Amino acid sequence: MTDDAGMTTPKPRRSFVAKLVVQIPYAWLLAFFLVPFLIVLKISLSQIAIAQPPYTPVFDLAAGWHGIESFFDGLSFDNYAFLGSDPLYFVSYLKSLEIAAISTILLLIIGFPIAYAMTRAPRRLQPALVVLVILPFWTSSLIRIYAWMNILQHDGPLNRLLLALDLVREPPVWLSTNTAVYIGIVYSYLPFMVLPLYATLEKLDESLLEAAADLGCPRWKAFWLVTVPLSMSGVIAGVLLCFIPAVGEFVIPDLLGGSRTAMIGQTIWTEFFANKDWPTASAVAVVLVCLLVTPIMIFQHQTMRGNERD
Amino acid sequence: MHTVGTKEGVAKRDFAPWADRGQAPLLRIEGLTKRFGAHAAVDDLSLSIYPGEFFALLGPSGCGKTTLLRLIAGFERASAGRILLDGVDLLPVPPHRRPVNMMFQSYALFPHLTVAGNVAFGLKQEGLPKAHIAERVAEMLALVRLESFGARKPHELSGGQRQRVALARSLVKRPRILLLDEPMAALDKKLRGETQFELMELQRRLGLTFIIVTHDQSEAMTVADRIAVMDRGRLMQVAPPAEIYEQPNSRWVADFIGSVNLVEGRVGPDGLSVEGTVLGRIRVAAKIAAEPGATVWAAVRPEQLRMTANSTEPDEQWALESDVAATLADIAYLGDLSVYRLRTAAGAPLQASRANVGPFAARAFAANGKVWLNFPRTAAIVLTQ
Repeated sequence: MTDDAGMTTPKPRRSFVAKLVVQIPYAWLLAFFLVPFLIVLKISLSQIAIAQPPYTPVFDLAAGWHGIESFFDGLSFDNYAFLGSDPLYFVSYLKSLEIAAISTILLLIIGFPIAYAMTRAPRRLQPALVVLVILPFWTSSLIRIYAWMNILQHDGPLNRLLLALDLVREPPVWLSTNTAVYIGIVYSYLPFMVLPLYATLEKLDESLLEAAADLGCPRWKAFWLVTVPLSMSGVIAGVLLCFIPAVGEFVIPDLLGGSRTAMIGQTIWTEFFANKDWPTASAVAVVLVCLLVTPIMIFQHQTMRGNERD
Repeated sequence: MHTVGTKEGVAKRDFAPWADRGQAPLLRIEGLTKRFGAHAAVDDLSLSIYPGEFFALLGPSGCGKTTLLRLIAGFERASAGRILLDGVDLLPVPPHRRPVNMMFQSYALFPHLTVAGNVAFGLKQEGLPKAHIAERVAEMLALVRLESFGARKPHELSGGQRQRVALARSLVKRPRILLLDEPMAALDKKLRGETQFELMELQRRLGLTFIIVTHDQSEAMTVADRIAVMDRGRLMQVAPPAEIYEQPNSRWVADFIGSVNLVEGRVGPDGLSVEGTVLGRIRVAAKIAAEPGATVWAAVRPEQLRMTANSTEPDEQWALESDVAATLADIAYLGDLSVYRLRTAAGAPLQASRANVGPFAARAFAANGKVWLNFPRTAAIVLTQ
């Protein structure tokens, strides 16, 4: 709020409350994002220890100034150096990015036509279609992934169907493959792709397509020249909403991909719970955050540009 | 040159191809029908539009004028009938192959393209060489006085500038017919007035055929060579503006265009008067095209009513043999003219208007005062339907 030089009346009291309300999201981010992140960052700079908590140094205010000094002395980048020295982590990051990228492309290929078809459906049906897209969320995602394990198992419904249709001679192996991971991710994340795309496509002015046709542009070409460029903000939102969580996905690769698919989420889990190496696990997590900040910033930039245009 | 209508000066310019039997129409619409469910938005409509004509489709909202325009553009599929452009049926031709262009009410500018990109869009679809496209775009932007705005995005322009980009974009392919859907609806009143004259000037300079859809009768009267008045999917009257106003063919058209005083009566035995109206016997100038005794309506425009403070002795030139007394119920002062709401002794409501010229005292009639009314014989319009 800016002060108006010409204003003589005192500011209304509620402006204080209004300011407070504006601060709430920041307070939320501070308490539940920044502080936990700083804790993780701190642990990533610590050393593993057989203690409770399992790392050192521990912040000890009782020891006074000396305690703070020795605390900072105890921090080091050793864990990050270690990550660099072991190709396991590099391969794991790469695998995660690859699986997330391919999944996101598949999601876009499947999600765009769904969102487009939804906008073309009769107006009165559209709210029902949106509910249908969200409906799977009403069941726990864990249960749905277990259901996929059942569907994809050796004598599961999928293989029985393929055999019945004579599409395969031998039942193919699905579980513990990358294909199963892709199926799981695409299935689970589809609403996150469809909804932002639908929101953008739904706003698209029909008369723009008519104008394109009027100016000599056939329908298929108008799709590429008008619909696609104007739905870019939805595409970017959907891609980021799917790509970012997919990189750190743990449950789906763990249940459907088995031990052969080592995504970064599984690596972190192993470090935390199998190796009890909290500092290394934290370092892995911090590097992941840094990797993902880049696409988020691209998204921010695009959103700002999009808002400017509206 | 051809004489048009029955009154002098009915055609606004020396241009009246519709009156020439030898002239072939550019666009011929035959029995065109468009049904949405049980409702016919365009109902068995036939119409001819001539090369170089500025044609207006005028009517209340929902009368089917926009549907008719969209049928010509190809955005709606006709239920029946034909649309012939130079004798070739347009209906099987998809919209992107029709040699007509449309200027949309919302302008429908592509928000992701620059002004130049918008104007170039249509030419790029034809696969013309880049240099040629650039030249044409520059030419069109100069035509609408937006030379220095080529690199801007539509959201960086004012409403009036956006409107001119839309116009340039729809003209760039030199359409056989330009379709304009309420092109000035989004402009403020003053800008609209200027734009109407610019549009007429442009149309004449380029020698193109324009079809404009509007619900604004003064806009239609300003720009058009001929107006088609539409109601419920049908044409009520197709004529030059002055003829529509001065010789409406029905009570509906007389009432829709401008204001009118309508009184019911019967054709007199001489065929030159309407008898038994609330104003008494009305003498008219021309023989009425109905049998004596048939029910007809006499229409008088408010500006034709003469108000005097004292009763006069009207001669043969006046429609009423003796002036009718009325009380002045209300006066609406509009600046250039004043509108007077009157009530005759018999209780019939009437409306008169007068231009506010001359000394103030001469045009002052007090509210609730008594006035005497009459009107010229030639001002009485007899309507048989």
